[in-house]
Amino acid sequence: MIFINKELCKACYICIEFCPKKVFTISKELNKKGVYPSEVDDESRCTYCKICELMCPDQAITVVKK
Amino acid sequence: MEHFALKYLRKDRLPHIFCPGCGIGIIINCTCKAMDELNLDLDKVVLTSGIGCSSRIPGYFYLDSLHTTHGRALAFATGIKVANPELTVICFTGDGDTGAIGGNHFIHACRRNIDITVICVNNYIYGMTGGQVSPTTPEEKVATTAPYGNIENPLDLCKLAEAAGASYVARWTTAHPFQLVRSIKKGINKKGFAFIEVVSQCYTYFGRLNKFKNNIELLKYIKENSININKAKNMSEEELKGKIIVGEFVDREKSEFSEEIHKLIDKHKIVK
Ligand SMILES: Cc1ncc(C[n+]2csc(CCOP(=O)(O)OP(=O)(O)O)c2C)c(N)n1
Ligand code: SF4
Ligand code: SF4
Ligand code: SF4
Repeated sequence: MIFINKELCKACYICIEFCPKKVFTISKELNKKGVYPSEVDDESRCTYCKICELMCPDQAITVVKK
Repeated sequence: MEHFALKYLRKDRLPHIFCPGCGIGIIINCTCKAMDELNLDLDKVVLTSGIGCSSRIPGYFYLDSLHTTHGRALAFATGIKVANPELTVICFTGDGDTGAIGGNHFIHACRRNIDITVICVNNYIYGMTGGQVSPTTPEEKVATTAPYGNIENPLDLCKLAEAAGASYVARWTTAHPFQLVRSIKKGINKKGFAFIEVVSQCYTYFGRLNKFKNNIELLKYIKENSININKAKNMSEEELKGKIIVGEFVDREKSEFSEEIHKLIDKHKIVK
Protein backbone atom coordinates (compact mmCIF):
# COMPACT_ATOMS: atom_id res chain seq x y z
CA MET A 1 0.00 0.00 0.00
CA ILE A 2 1.14 3.53 -0.73
CA PHE A 3 -0.17 6.23 1.59
CA ILE A 4 0.14 9.94 0.84
CA ASN A 5 -0.48 12.45 3.59
CA LYS A 6 -1.94 15.16 1.40
CA GLU A 7 -1.74 17.79 4.11
CA LEU A 8 2.05 17.37 4.37
CA CYS A 9 2.55 17.48 0.59
CA LYS A 10 4.00 20.72 -0.80
CA ALA A 11 3.52 19.75 -4.44
CA CYS A 12 7.19 19.60 -5.37
CA TYR A 13 6.50 16.53 -7.55
CA ILE A 14 9.85 14.88 -6.85
CA CYS A 15 7.89 11.64 -6.35
CA ILE A 16 6.35 11.91 -9.81
CA GLU A 17 9.74 12.44 -11.45
CA PHE A 18 11.87 10.02 -9.45
CA CYS A 19 9.57 7.01 -8.97
CA PRO A 20 11.15 4.57 -11.44
CA LYS A 21 7.73 3.06 -12.20
CA LYS A 22 5.80 6.32 -12.59
CA VAL A 23 3.25 5.43 -9.94
CA PHE A 24 2.28 9.00 -8.98
CA THR A 25 0.32 11.76 -10.63
CA ILE A 26 -1.03 15.20 -9.68
CA SER A 27 -4.32 15.28 -7.80
CA LYS A 28 -7.16 17.36 -9.18
CA GLU A 29 -8.13 18.54 -5.72
CA LEU A 30 -6.40 21.18 -3.67
CA ASN A 31 -5.22 20.38 -0.14
CA LYS A 32 -5.77 22.71 2.82
CA LYS A 33 -2.55 24.56 2.03
CA GLY A 34 -3.87 25.37 -1.42
CA VAL A 35 -1.62 23.20 -3.59
CA TYR A 36 -2.41 20.20 -5.78
CA PRO A 37 -0.83 17.28 -3.91
CA SER A 38 0.56 14.16 -5.47
CA GLU A 39 -1.63 11.05 -5.58
CA VAL A 40 -1.24 7.40 -6.54
CA ASP A 41 -2.11 6.80 -10.15
CA ASP A 42 -1.50 3.05 -10.44
CA GLU A 43 -0.15 1.08 -7.53
CA SER A 44 0.08 -2.15 -9.54
CA ARG A 45 3.26 -0.77 -11.14
CA CYS A 46 4.98 -0.33 -7.75
CA THR A 47 8.01 -2.52 -6.97
CA TYR A 48 8.20 -1.36 -3.34
CA CYS A 49 11.70 0.01 -3.83
CA LYS A 50 10.76 2.79 -1.36
CA ILE A 51 12.82 5.47 -3.06
CA CYS A 52 9.76 7.74 -2.83
CA GLU A 53 9.68 7.39 0.98
CA LEU A 54 13.24 8.66 1.20
CA MET A 55 12.97 11.27 -1.53
CA CYS A 56 9.75 12.99 -0.51
CA PRO A 57 11.23 15.95 1.39
CA ASP A 58 8.04 16.34 3.44
CA GLN A 59 7.61 12.85 4.89
CA ALA A 60 4.31 12.60 3.03
CA ILE A 61 4.71 9.15 1.43
CA THR A 62 4.65 5.83 3.26
CA VAL A 63 4.99 2.53 1.44
CA VAL A 64 4.04 -0.80 2.98
CA LYS A 65 4.66 -3.97 1.04
CA LYS A 66 1.45 -5.98 0.85
CA MET B 1 0.01 4.56 8.42
CA GLU B 2 2.92 6.57 9.74
CA HIS B 3 6.07 7.53 7.87
CA PHE B 4 9.19 5.87 9.38
CA ALA B 5 10.81 9.27 10.10
CA LEU B 6 7.96 10.56 12.25
CA LYS B 7 9.16 8.41 15.15
CA TYR B 8 12.17 10.74 15.35
CA LEU B 9 10.51 14.06 14.53
CA ARG B 10 8.35 16.62 16.34
CA LYS B 11 5.13 15.84 14.51
CA ASP B 12 3.40 18.94 15.83
CA ARG B 13 5.93 21.07 13.95
CA LEU B 14 5.30 19.51 10.52
CA PRO B 15 5.13 20.41 7.70
CA HIS B 16 8.58 21.85 8.26
CA ILE B 17 9.62 25.34 7.19
CA PHE B 18 11.77 24.30 4.21
CA CYS B 19 10.66 25.42 0.73
CA PRO B 20 8.76 22.94 -1.46
CA GLY B 21 11.20 20.38 -2.86
CA CYS B 22 14.19 21.54 -0.76
CA GLY B 23 16.77 18.75 -0.41
CA ILE B 24 17.02 19.25 3.34
CA GLY B 25 13.88 17.14 3.86
CA ILE B 26 15.51 14.23 2.01
CA ILE B 27 18.56 14.50 4.27
CA ILE B 28 16.27 14.40 7.33
CA ASN B 29 14.69 11.19 5.97
CA CYS B 30 18.06 9.57 5.30
CA THR B 31 19.30 10.44 8.79
CA CYS B 32 16.17 8.93 10.36
CA LYS B 33 16.57 5.81 8.23
CA ALA B 34 20.20 5.45 9.33
CA MET B 35 19.18 5.88 12.99
CA ASP B 36 16.44 3.28 12.51
CA GLU B 37 18.77 0.73 10.95
CA LEU B 38 21.43 1.30 13.63
CA ASN B 39 18.82 1.04 16.38
CA LEU B 40 20.54 3.85 18.31
CA ASP B 41 19.81 4.52 21.97
CA LEU B 42 18.09 7.87 21.41
CA ASP B 43 18.79 9.06 24.94
CA LYS B 44 22.45 9.03 23.99
CA VAL B 45 22.18 11.03 20.78
CA VAL B 46 22.79 14.79 20.63
CA LEU B 47 22.35 16.90 17.51
CA THR B 48 24.09 20.22 17.00
CA SER B 49 23.95 22.84 14.28
CA GLY B 50 25.09 26.35 13.43
CA ILE B 51 22.99 28.88 11.52
CA GLY B 52 21.38 28.50 8.12
CA CYS B 53 18.44 26.67 6.56
CA SER B 54 20.36 23.40 7.01
CA SER B 55 21.05 24.26 10.63
CA ARG B 56 17.33 24.23 11.38
CA ILE B 57 17.30 20.43 11.03
CA PRO B 58 17.88 19.54 14.73
CA GLY B 59 14.86 21.65 15.74
CA TYR B 60 12.60 19.12 14.04
CA PHE B 61 14.06 16.10 15.83
CA TYR B 62 12.53 14.85 19.04
CA LEU B 63 16.03 14.52 20.47
CA ASP B 64 18.42 16.54 22.60
CA SER B 65 19.85 19.24 20.38
CA LEU B 66 21.75 22.49 20.35
CA HIS B 67 21.14 25.16 17.71
CA THR B 68 24.29 27.27 18.15
CA THR B 69 26.00 30.21 16.46
CA HIS B 70 26.98 30.53 12.80
CA GLY B 71 29.98 28.32 11.98
CA ARG B 72 30.53 27.26 15.58
CA ALA B 73 28.48 24.06 15.87
CA LEU B 74 31.67 21.98 15.95
CA ALA B 75 33.02 23.87 18.94
CA PHE B 76 29.84 23.07 20.89
CA ALA B 77 29.86 19.49 19.60
CA THR B 78 33.47 19.11 20.75
CA GLY B 79 32.47 20.25 24.24
CA ILE B 80 29.61 17.75 24.36
CA LYS B 81 31.74 14.85 23.18
CA VAL B 82 34.66 15.58 25.52
CA ALA B 83 32.35 16.06 28.53
CA ASN B 84 30.54 12.80 27.82
CA PRO B 85 32.26 10.52 25.29
CA GLU B 86 29.40 8.01 25.56
CA LEU B 87 27.17 10.28 23.48
CA THR B 88 26.69 10.02 19.73
CA VAL B 89 27.09 13.55 18.42
CA ILE B 90 25.76 14.48 14.99
CA CYS B 91 26.27 17.94 13.56
CA PHE B 92 24.17 19.43 10.75
CA THR B 93 25.70 22.28 8.83
CA GLY B 94 25.70 24.14 5.51
CA ASP B 95 28.41 24.91 2.97
CA GLY B 96 28.67 28.48 4.26
CA ASP B 97 28.51 27.40 7.89
CA THR B 98 31.33 24.87 7.38
CA GLY B 99 33.40 26.32 4.57
CA ALA B 100 33.26 30.06 5.25
CA ILE B 101 32.71 31.34 8.79
CA GLY B 102 33.29 27.90 10.35
CA GLY B 103 36.32 26.96 8.24
CA ASN B 104 38.80 26.99 11.08
CA HIS B 105 36.60 24.99 13.44
CA PHE B 106 36.12 22.49 10.64
CA ILE B 107 39.84 22.06 9.90
CA HIS B 108 40.75 21.56 13.55
CA ALA B 109 37.89 19.18 14.34
CA CYS B 110 39.14 17.05 11.42
CA ARG B 111 42.72 17.35 12.65
CA ARG B 112 41.79 16.29 16.17
CA ASN B 113 39.74 13.47 14.69
CA ILE B 114 37.09 13.84 17.36
CA ASP B 115 34.27 11.29 17.18
CA ILE B 116 31.55 13.50 15.67
CA THR B 117 29.51 12.86 12.53
CA VAL B 118 29.04 15.94 10.36
CA ILE B 119 26.30 16.03 7.73
CA CYS B 120 26.93 19.03 5.53
CA VAL B 121 24.15 20.24 3.24
CA ASN B 122 25.96 21.70 0.25
CA ASN B 123 23.40 23.69 -1.73
CA TYR B 124 26.16 25.83 -3.31
CA ILE B 125 24.74 29.03 -1.83
CA TYR B 126 23.70 30.88 1.34
CA GLY B 127 20.06 29.83 1.48
CA MET B 128 18.87 31.45 4.67
CA THR B 129 20.17 34.94 3.96
CA GLY B 130 18.96 35.21 0.37
CA GLY B 131 21.34 33.54 -2.06
CA GLN B 132 24.80 35.01 -1.53
CA VAL B 133 27.82 33.29 -3.07
CA SER B 134 29.40 30.60 -0.89
CA PRO B 135 32.87 29.01 -0.85
CA THR B 136 31.44 26.02 -2.74
CA THR B 137 29.52 27.92 -5.45
CA PRO B 138 30.79 26.43 -8.72
CA GLU B 139 32.66 28.67 -11.15
CA GLU B 140 30.42 30.80 -13.36
CA LYS B 141 27.29 30.05 -11.34
CA VAL B 142 25.23 33.07 -10.34
CA ALA B 143 24.46 34.27 -6.80
CA THR B 144 23.01 37.57 -5.56
CA THR B 145 26.55 38.67 -4.70
CA ALA B 146 27.97 37.23 -7.95
CA PRO B 147 25.44 38.56 -10.47
CA TYR B 148 27.82 38.08 -13.41
CA GLY B 149 28.82 34.58 -12.33
CA ASN B 150 31.25 33.36 -9.70
CA ILE B 151 34.90 33.98 -10.57
CA GLU B 152 36.36 32.27 -7.48
CA ASN B 153 37.72 28.73 -7.26
CA PRO B 154 35.26 26.59 -5.31
CA LEU B 155 36.41 24.79 -2.19
CA ASP B 156 36.28 20.97 -2.15
CA LEU B 157 35.14 20.32 1.42
CA CYS B 158 35.83 16.58 1.17
CA LYS B 159 39.43 17.11 0.05
CA LEU B 160 39.88 19.57 2.89
CA ALA B 161 38.50 17.06 5.42
CA GLU B 162 40.80 14.37 4.05
CA ALA B 163 43.91 16.57 4.18
CA ALA B 164 43.06 17.81 7.66
CA GLY B 165 42.82 14.26 9.02
CA ALA B 166 39.20 13.05 9.21
CA SER B 167 38.66 9.31 9.65
CA TYR B 168 35.71 9.02 7.28
CA VAL B 169 34.86 11.24 4.30
CA ALA B 170 32.10 10.76 1.72
CA ARG B 171 30.03 12.81 -0.69
CA TRP B 172 26.58 11.97 -2.06
CA THR B 173 23.67 13.99 -3.37
CA THR B 174 19.97 14.06 -2.50
CA ALA B 175 19.46 11.91 -5.60
CA HIS B 176 21.50 9.12 -3.91
CA PRO B 177 19.34 8.42 -0.83
CA PHE B 178 20.28 4.77 -0.30
CA GLN B 179 24.02 5.46 -0.57
CA LEU B 180 23.59 8.39 1.79
CA VAL B 181 21.86 6.23 4.41
CA ARG B 182 24.77 3.77 4.21
CA SER B 183 27.35 6.53 4.64
CA ILE B 184 25.53 8.11 7.59
CA LYS B 185 25.46 4.69 9.29
CA LYS B 186 29.16 4.22 8.62
CA GLY B 187 29.90 7.74 9.82
CA ILE B 188 28.03 7.25 13.08
CA ASN B 189 29.75 3.90 13.68
CA LYS B 190 33.17 5.30 12.87
CA LYS B 191 35.26 6.08 15.91
CA GLY B 192 36.64 9.40 14.74
CA PHE B 193 35.60 12.40 12.70
CA ALA B 194 33.16 11.55 9.91
CA PHE B 195 32.38 14.15 7.25
CA ILE B 196 29.50 13.48 4.89
CA GLU B 197 28.78 16.13 2.29
CA VAL B 198 25.41 16.05 0.57
CA VAL B 199 24.93 18.12 -2.57
CA SER B 200 21.37 19.34 -2.23
CA GLN B 201 18.88 21.35 -4.27
CA CYS B 202 17.96 24.89 -3.21
CA TYR B 203 15.63 25.90 -6.00
CA THR B 204 14.50 29.08 -4.25
CA TYR B 205 17.94 30.69 -4.58
CA PHE B 206 20.51 28.61 -6.44
CA GLY B 207 17.96 27.20 -8.87
CA ARG B 208 16.13 30.40 -9.74
CA LEU B 209 19.25 32.54 -9.97
CA ASN B 210 20.81 29.99 -12.32
CA LYS B 211 17.76 29.77 -14.58
CA PHE B 212 16.71 26.24 -13.81
CA LYS B 213 13.10 25.80 -14.89
CA ASN B 214 12.02 24.22 -11.62
CA ASN B 215 13.14 22.18 -8.66
CA ILE B 216 13.00 18.90 -10.63
CA GLU B 217 15.31 20.25 -13.34
CA LEU B 218 17.83 21.23 -10.66
CA LEU B 219 17.69 17.84 -8.94
CA LYS B 220 18.01 16.06 -12.30
CA TYR B 221 21.01 18.25 -13.12
CA ILE B 222 22.63 17.28 -9.82
CA LYS B 223 21.95 13.59 -10.47
CA GLU B 224 23.12 13.62 -14.07
CA ASN B 225 26.32 15.49 -13.23
CA SER B 226 27.36 13.07 -10.50
CA ILE B 227 30.20 10.68 -11.21
CA ASN B 228 31.31 7.92 -8.87
CA ILE B 229 34.87 8.16 -7.63
CA ASN B 230 35.66 4.72 -9.08
CA LYS B 231 34.89 6.04 -12.56
CA ALA B 232 36.29 9.53 -11.91
CA LYS B 233 39.70 8.05 -10.99
CA ASN B 234 40.37 7.31 -14.64
CA MET B 235 39.13 10.62 -15.99
CA SER B 236 41.11 13.76 -16.75
CA GLU B 237 40.65 17.10 -14.98
CA GLU B 238 39.17 18.45 -18.19
CA GLU B 239 36.56 15.66 -18.35
CA LEU B 240 35.66 16.20 -14.69
CA LYS B 241 35.03 19.93 -15.04
CA GLY B 242 31.62 20.78 -13.64
CA LYS B 243 31.05 17.24 -12.37
CA ILE B 244 30.13 16.23 -8.83
CA ILE B 245 32.39 13.41 -7.69
CA VAL B 246 30.47 11.15 -5.33
CA GLY B 247 31.45 8.15 -3.24
CA GLU B 248 33.54 7.30 -0.22
CA PHE B 249 36.91 9.04 -0.21
CA VAL B 250 38.39 8.13 3.18
CA ASP B 251 37.78 5.28 5.63
CA ARG B 252 40.68 4.88 8.05
CA GLU B 253 41.43 4.15 11.70
CA LYS B 254 43.25 6.78 13.74
CA SER B 255 43.51 7.83 17.36
CA GLU B 256 40.45 9.75 18.51
CA PHE B 257 40.48 12.97 20.55
CA SER B 258 37.85 12.38 23.27
CA GLU B 259 39.35 8.98 24.10
CA GLU B 260 42.91 10.33 24.17
CA ILE B 261 42.02 13.25 26.42
CA HIS B 262 40.32 10.99 28.97
CA LYS B 263 43.29 8.61 28.92
CA LEU B 264 45.52 11.58 29.68
CA ILE B 265 43.24 12.78 32.50
CA ASP B 266 43.18 9.29 34.06
CA LYS B 267 46.95 9.01 33.83
CA HIS B 268 47.54 12.27 35.65
CA LYS B 269 44.78 12.09 38.24
CA ILE B 270 46.18 12.65 41.72
CA VAL B 271 43.24 11.02 43.51
CA LYS B 272 42.34 7.92 41.54
C1 LIG C 1 28.18 35.68 12.89
C2 LIG C 1 27.14 35.67 11.83
N1 LIG C 1 27.46 36.15 10.62
C3 LIG C 1 26.53 36.12 9.63
C4 LIG C 1 25.29 35.63 9.86
C5 LIG C 1 24.26 35.65 8.74
N2 LIG C 1 24.04 34.33 8.17
C6 LIG C 1 23.03 33.55 8.60
S1 LIG C 1 22.94 32.09 7.79
C7 LIG C 1 24.27 32.52 6.81
C8 LIG C 1 24.77 31.61 5.72
C9 LIG C 1 23.94 30.42 5.45
O1 LIG C 1 24.49 29.63 4.44
P1 LIG C 1 24.83 28.12 4.64
O2 LIG C 1 25.68 27.92 5.83
O3 LIG C 1 25.38 27.60 3.36
O4 LIG C 1 23.43 27.45 4.99
P2 LIG C 1 22.09 27.33 4.15
O5 LIG C 1 21.17 28.41 4.64
O6 LIG C 1 22.40 27.46 2.69
O7 LIG C 1 21.58 25.96 4.49
C10 LIG C 1 24.76 33.78 7.13
C11 LIG C 1 25.88 34.44 6.47
C12 LIG C 1 25.00 35.14 11.16
N3 LIG C 1 23.80 34.60 11.44
N4 LIG C 1 25.93 35.17 12.11
S1 SF4 D 1 7.59 14.32 -3.11
FE1 SF4 D 1 6.26 14.55 -1.32
S2 SF4 D 1 5.90 16.75 -1.12
FE2 SF4 D 1 6.71 16.40 -3.18
S3 SF4 D 1 4.86 16.12 -4.45
FE3 SF4 D 1 5.48 14.08 -3.80
S4 SF4 D 1 4.30 13.70 -1.94
FE4 SF4 D 1 4.21 15.90 -2.31
S1 SF4 E 1 8.13 2.25 -3.82
FE1 SF4 E 1 9.36 2.66 -5.67
S2 SF4 E 1 8.05 1.96 -7.34
FE2 SF4 E 1 6.73 2.13 -5.56
S3 SF4 E 1 5.85 4.18 -5.67
FE3 SF4 E 1 7.69 4.35 -4.43
S4 SF4 E 1 9.32 4.90 -5.84
FE4 SF4 E 1 7.59 4.13 -7.06
S1 SF4 F 1 16.05 28.79 0.80
FE1 SF4 F 1 16.95 27.04 -0.27
S2 SF4 F 1 18.02 25.85 1.31
FE2 SF4 F 1 16.61 27.27 2.35
S3 SF4 F 1 14.73 26.07 2.68
FE3 SF4 F 1 14.49 27.20 0.75
S4 SF4 F 1 15.20 25.75 -0.83
FE4 SF4 F 1 15.96 25.00 1.13
